[in-house]
Amino acid sequence: MANYIIEGDTGPWELVIGLEVHAQVTSNAKLFSGAATSFGAEPNAQVSLVDAAMPGMLPVVNGECVKQAVRTGLALGAEIHRWSRFDRKNYFYADLPQGYQISQLYHPIVGEGALEVQADEKNPDSAVRSIGIERIHLEQDAGKLIHDQHPTMSYVDLNRSGVALMEIVSKPDMRSPEEAGAYVKKLRSILRYVGSCDGNMEEGSMRADVNVSVRKANAPFGTRCEIKNVNSVRFIQAAIEYEARRQIEVLEGGGAIVQETRLFDPDRGETRSLRSKEDAHDYRYFPDPDLLPIELSDEFLSECRDSLPELPDAKRARYAGLGVSAYNAAVLTAEVETARYFDAALDALARPELANDAANWVVAELFGALNRIGANVEASPVAPAQAASLLRLVADGTLSKTLAKQVAEVMFETGGDPEKIVEERGLRQTSDTGAIEAVIAQVLAANETKVAEYRGGKDKLFGFFVGQTMKAMAGKGNPAVVNELLKKALG
Amino acid sequence: MSVDLAQVKKIATLARIAVSDRQAEALVPELNNILHWVEQLNEVDTEGVAPLEAVVPNRTRLREDAVTDGGIRDAVLANAPAAEHGFFAVPKVIE
Repeated sequence: MANYIIEGDTGPWELVIGLEVHAQVTSNAKLFSGAATSFGAEPNAQVSLVDAAMPGMLPVVNGECVKQAVRTGLALGAEIHRWSRFDRKNYFYADLPQGYQISQLYHPIVGEGALEVQADEKNPDSAVRSIGIERIHLEQDAGKLIHDQHPTMSYVDLNRSGVALMEIVSKPDMRSPEEAGAYVKKLRSILRYVGSCDGNMEEGSMRADVNVSVRKANAPFGTRCEIKNVNSVRFIQAAIEYEARRQIEVLEGGGAIVQETRLFDPDRGETRSLRSKEDAHDYRYFPDPDLLPIELSDEFLSECRDSLPELPDAKRARYAGLGVSAYNAAVLTAEVETARYFDAALDALARPELANDAANWVVAELFGALNRIGANVEASPVAPAQAASLLRLVADGTLSKTLAKQVAEVMFETGGDPEKIVEERGLRQTSDTGAIEAVIAQVLAANETKVAEYRGGKDKLFGFFVGQTMKAMAGKGNPAVVNELLKKALG
Repeated sequence: MSVDLAQVKKIATLARIAVSDRQAEALVPELNNILHWVEQLNEVDTEGVAPLEAVVPNRTRLREDAVTDGGIRDAVLANAPAAEHGFFAVPKVIE
């Protein structure tokens, strides 16, 4: 994916992409006030006088937000700054009651790190690229404007005002829309493992500002444009693609790229200029005199470190070590909930040698069944321990694979334990040679012509006899024993 | 460091303060006096001296992550020039 180029009239062009991802920090209360952060409340119901910027109100930092930013930084292998500070970014807009956003320009809490990205994690041969992280800083979200409720007025809801955001700034290391997409997916996955952001892009918990420029091979960076507030992986990729082509057209037409902010219009699939006043970006940052610097103690840092879960890459490697295929390992680790289910099933199973059977079962049977009933893995009618019991019944020969499917169907319907279903419905596989031989004798007696044909050299008929025997036994014959005895009887 | 008339006008615009031409002209020497006065600090040799972050040595105290505020919509909206359906209502702003 490193070789993505766009052919222009004047030759091939390379893309240079950097992302600023705004991730809403998972916390009960806001960054500087005690108002709630939950989504979907009545307008202005979750606003304190601090969030509304009433005179005399003072911000007090929420420790959990600091912790979440540090944990995120640690998960990205980034440098944690023991000393950081808040600055004011000054601008006027109706969704910003303070007249400034409290952010961290000069001394962000997290410095450089990196994210390993693979275009296709399910393919073990897909190239791995390291995308640099420039910094992560904490800042306040603004309020929300609603323009379509009144002919001449805009409505302002400050529920989001003051909610903590992490701005995760990448280096300009991405070279294709797919790579940018893979980066956002990986970042989202890690944030959700860490629990520092719910990654819900529809609700705006994660959105990206996308910086795009184009250049000829080995040329210095071109002038970039920033596409603001793109809220899905698909849109990010579409915006990059469109913007790169637009810039190439401008450059090849003899024009120059103006550094500007643009908006992506998903309906038209294009970006357009946000014509702001020229001094809109004169933010006049200065240290916020209302807030003391944040100093992180050793205890605080070790608390953050100790509370980190196993991360997706480590988990993937561990699963691979247990013999799980690269494809299954990628599918199982992509979402934290799936990995949690699989880990619980592995624990209950306590048979590491069955890990890949368990993986196959989760990826094929469980996901298939969940899709059919439209449930997510957390609402699975079959608990991880029940899945483990089922796998154990297959491993010890109580159930054939065919019978296991039947039992699983009943489990998905009733939520019952597999052992009980096997007992109640008499689904136990039989390896009783006497019983199987008796059935085989009947089958052969009823199909004398075919027996003669088989003995005359029509080997393919063997499958027919297996099928007839299994059918006569309602699927309960142990396939290995049936095969063996049939061969002997026909021999 | 000093400012000229154009800079004074720009600062006024950024701060959303209406300043007449006459006021702006008067502000140029006034602001420059302040700047020159502060600039005298540059004469002090501060080589090797760490910046003073706070006058009183103090560390920020972190708050518990608990919901202790909010649910006071009427108070929040009480001084708004216009409020409708629980929202602040402002002259339409669309970019």
